[in-house]
Amino acid sequence: MPDPIQEPIEHDPHVILRVVSKFLIPFIALFAFYVQFHGDFGPGGGFQAGVILAASVILYALIFGLDAAKKAFPPSWIRIGMTLGVLIYGGTGVLAWILGGEFLNYSVLAHDAAHGQHYGIIAIELGVLVTVATVMVAIFYAFGSRQPDMESEDW
Amino acid sequence: MDLLSLFPSWLIEHGAAFIIILPLLMGAITSILPSRSLAWWTAFIVTVIVTLTSFGLVLNMMSEGTTVYSMGGWDPPHGIGLVVDALSAPVLLLISAMAVLTMVYGMPATIAEVEPKKRAPFYAAFLLCFAGLMGMVVTGDAFNVFVFLEVSSISTYALVAMGAARDRRALTASFNYLIMGSIGATFFVIGLGFLYMETGTLNMADMARILADLDGGSRVAKVAFGFIVVGLGLKLAMFPLHTWLPGAYAYAPSMVTIFLASTATKAALYLLLRFTFTVFDPSFEYVGTLVKYLLIGVGVVGMIFASLQAIFQTDVRRTLAFSSVAQVGYMLLGIGLATAAGLAAGYLHLLNHAVIKGGLFIALGAFWYRFGITRVEDFQGLSKTMPWTMGAFTVSALSLIGVPFTAGFVSKVNLATAAADKGWWWAVAVIVVTSVLAIIYMGRILLSAYFGDAPEINGEVAKRNEAPLMMLVPMWVLAIMSIAIGSNIFNLGDNFVGAAEAAARLLLGSGA
Repeated sequence: MPDPIQEPIEHDPHVILRVVSKFLIPFIALFAFYVQFHGDFGPGGGFQAGVILAASVILYALIFGLDAAKKAFPPSWIRIGMTLGVLIYGGTGVLAWILGGEFLNYSVLAHDAAHGQHYGIIAIELGVLVTVATVMVAIFYAFGSRQPDMESEDW
Repeated sequence: MDLLSLFPSWLIEHGAAFIIILPLLMGAITSILPSRSLAWWTAFIVTVIVTLTSFGLVLNMMSEGTTVYSMGGWDPPHGIGLVVDALSAPVLLLISAMAVLTMVYGMPATIAEVEPKKRAPFYAAFLLCFAGLMGMVVTGDAFNVFVFLEVSSISTYALVAMGAARDRRALTASFNYLIMGSIGATFFVIGLGFLYMETGTLNMADMARILADLDGGSRVAKVAFGFIVVGLGLKLAMFPLHTWLPGAYAYAPSMVTIFLASTATKAALYLLLRFTFTVFDPSFEYVGTLVKYLLIGVGVVGMIFASLQAIFQTDVRRTLAFSSVAQVGYMLLGIGLATAAGLAAGYLHLLNHAVIKGGLFIALGAFWYRFGITRVEDFQGLSKTMPWTMGAFTVSALSLIGVPFTAGFVSKVNLATAAADKGWWWAVAVIVVTSVLAIIYMGRILLSAYFGDAPEINGEVAKRNEAPLMMLVPMWVLAIMSIAIGSNIFNLGDNFVGAAEAAARLLLGSGA
């Protein structure tokens, strides 16, 4: 049995940070979606939302460590997410093509042109969100888990 | 046109967007494909489809004239217009055709040069670079040019760095290119910012109209022009700004070198033509002065210095890279003449040089593939060990020098005639002198290959070991094209000259 009095002091010096960020992280992620869905009729949009969403993952990694973050947000998602976002964006344009309009002409997406523009921009922003969020996390993971890949005598 | 009716009308109508979107989206898909050969097939089929579409667009342009595609249904100048005209269409076809040949060559070469798990992303980056170059050329929106310039540049930095599996120096070469390229792109976008400030629009045709109304505009427009020329100068390896080029060409995977040498600098040069002649106009005093003194100045100095540097390189890849810088000088000289004949000659040299350098770099890649050869002294006896490859290399080398009945001869004669028409005999002399320098730097490679004996490997004379068919086909396609342009077989020479003259007419006619 480890000593119950000494253990928390030795192993958990950042207890306040941990508790506070545990509170904050869900709200940061939620705020990202607020910015996202606010984006088509006010300031905000996919890019900002993606960065905020990625910030919640990065905060988690800073407080709980890179390994825990990689369990919560696996690196395998990153490659798929980066591609998926581009495909959502491009796919919206291709859909407009299939429905007989120009590339990215959202007006043909619904019976009413104004509705079509609305649906189109939401789909586009979703694509941007997915790609930006995963790219931000990818950059953080890449720097965070960097190992020197070259011995000095190789130069 | 009979051939045109073979293309579906939808493809021709939406072709201008299709040639960007297809490689862009397929590039994204290629990056997550599990199988490496599947990735190659995807990329290859994409380049073939895009080439066919570009061909259709060229045919359509010849019968219908300039077409503008409204992206997203928003008409220019408010929306982004994609413009297919006499200037952009031939470059589109050139870039996509070179991409197909590069992909064919790239199948064996990539297996030899790129680590297995990086091959699918490698092809993905290639497709992105391809999409960026096509976008740069086809778009009629100045800011859109910057976006596509960055798409192609950033994927190029990654592609060059992938040469690290073969040679670690690729990493520093790529970093060097990254810094220089970013500075170039920044200068370009600063220039665009000033231009936007002056004209209040980003559409190129609209900018041209407003600048003509303002009679060239204020000092802001002058500053904008300066920034744009320097930014594009970095991208197209204009003489004193070319320092990134030899390293990037020498250490990138050979497939990337071929594609870069025959398309990337060409697309940047195309943009220089577009901005100098159709957005700005040489009749504005500051544009005329800069074209006359700066472009010709750096063009001529670059021709001489880069040719001299090419002579003293020990690595053939660097020789060819410096030769590319010199060839850019020829094109700049043609642009600087600012006459119909001069522009046509510069534009023709742009197309021809892509064919010639593509052929040379493919042959060079094949030498490395078989024997690991890149240095001049190692070329000894290659005419005996790889006769077909050396044959294609020789044809392209002669074309680069400008021997009659080859593509290089046609464009050099046209350029010299254009200079002589203007009474610039000194420019004719420079063309002759640099051609002699080209004889020296290519000649010492050919001498070593034809008159040297095959070296001994482990006590045995090296046996004949020809390049694989996948490499021989693209290099001979380009070598035969070189001859066909020079001797006007299949009317290819007339078509090239005709395309160049049409482009020159458009450049001089559309201004105020």
